[in-house]
Amino acid sequence: MDALVAQLQMQYRNYTVSLYQQGFLDDQFTELKKLQDDASPDFVAEVLSLFFEDCVKLIGNMARALDQTGTVDFSQVGASVHQLKGSSSSVGAKRVKGLCITFKEYCEANNYEGCVRCLQQVDIEFKALQTKLQDMFNLEKQIIQAGGKVPQVDIN
Amino acid sequence: MARDGGVSCLRRSEMMSVGIGGMDSPPLDVDEVHVLAVDDSLVDRIVIERLLRITSCKVTAVDSGWRALEFLGIDNEKASAELDRLKVDLIITDYCMPGMTGYELLKKIKESSSFRQVPVVIMSSENVITRIDRCLEEGAEDFLLKPVKLADVKRLRNYLTRDVKLSNGNKRKLPEDSPPLTLSPDSPDSSPPPSTLSPDSSDSSSPPLSPVEIISSPLSSPIDDEDDDVLTSSPESSPSPVRRQKMRSPGLD
Repeated sequence: MDALVAQLQMQYRNYTVSLYQQGFLDDQFTELKKLQDDASPDFVAEVLSLFFEDCVKLIGNMARALDQTGTVDFSQVGASVHQLKGSSSSVGAKRVKGLCITFKEYCEANNYEGCVRCLQQVDIEFKALQTKLQDMFNLEKQIIQAGGKVPQVDIN
Repeated sequence: MARDGGVSCLRRSEMMSVGIGGMDSPPLDVDEVHVLAVDDSLVDRIVIERLLRITSCKVTAVDSGWRALEFLGIDNEKASAELDRLKVDLIITDYCMPGMTGYELLKKIKESSSFRQVPVVIMSSENVITRIDRCLEEGAEDFLLKPVKLADVKRLRNYLTRDVKLSNGNKRKLPEDSPPLTLSPDSPDSSPPPSTLSPDSSDSSSPPLSPVEIISSPLSSPIDDEDDDVLTSSPESSPSPVRRQKMRSPGLD
């Protein structure tokens, strides 16, 4: 077996495991990987890409709703948070989902400061995940380009 | 290339293999299970679509209850000729949706004479027992907790192929090698079962087992009663997510 491929595969395995261990990803991401096959080799990347677009849109909504000088409609903020919570849950974006849960509580409590903090954190967090996943997908590409196959990473 | 805005925007290659039930699409293969998925979240739609297609279902995904009703032709009185195209074997819908909730959609489907027999499954991110109960009482087949997993969908798929429900007017041909099926007969107050096979319902010769013969079998009556009991009984209360299933007897043998 090509030494380069083996090295890349090991790198990939370690990187993937670390993403789970650091709480970026959970079980549901593993579920998404099950749905990927040779006929749809980019399924996970495509879904995550849609998710990140969703993040941008919803965070924009939340920011606008929180920016209403005067009365902030927390239910409006909450509605976007609920949607983000849903989609992050569906793709296994664990940290984003966790933040949304806290965020939702602040909305329900009409806590403006809490909401603004959460908004900032959610923004940071989804971008961090986006970068991490980009690195992971790049490793996959490198493995394939080196003539190898992307290994199945067993998290448990 | 998105159809009418409300139907899930799929990539070209994906659209080729998904039977999107539009006016200009060919009739769906009668042997394949066709699922209508309803969810306002694009990410969730793509995921559920993939989950279903991986379990060999044809999928039509829409983004709201209204679009679902429109697709089914429930909200306006469309000709029954179109209903023959729309062989919907299962409807799976999100609960929390703006405009019309999954619960409201469920009610409308159950009120429709053409589609009340189609099993409806509700999905929700919230494990609220009262919500689950309400849906099951209204006639939902099952309740799935989000995020939905492959195992959940496989389970749904299994009970669908064991018990092929035919909505009124659907004339289906079964593949020769399919296992014996238990068919739910029409409920007492609905229109009489079809007596002829639809001319456009398939491409080639009729298989030995025509669904019409099975429907008219007297053996189907006891199943009807069982059906009602399962629907009205209350689910067992448990701390874990309730995932009720209707169990059916395996066959007519």
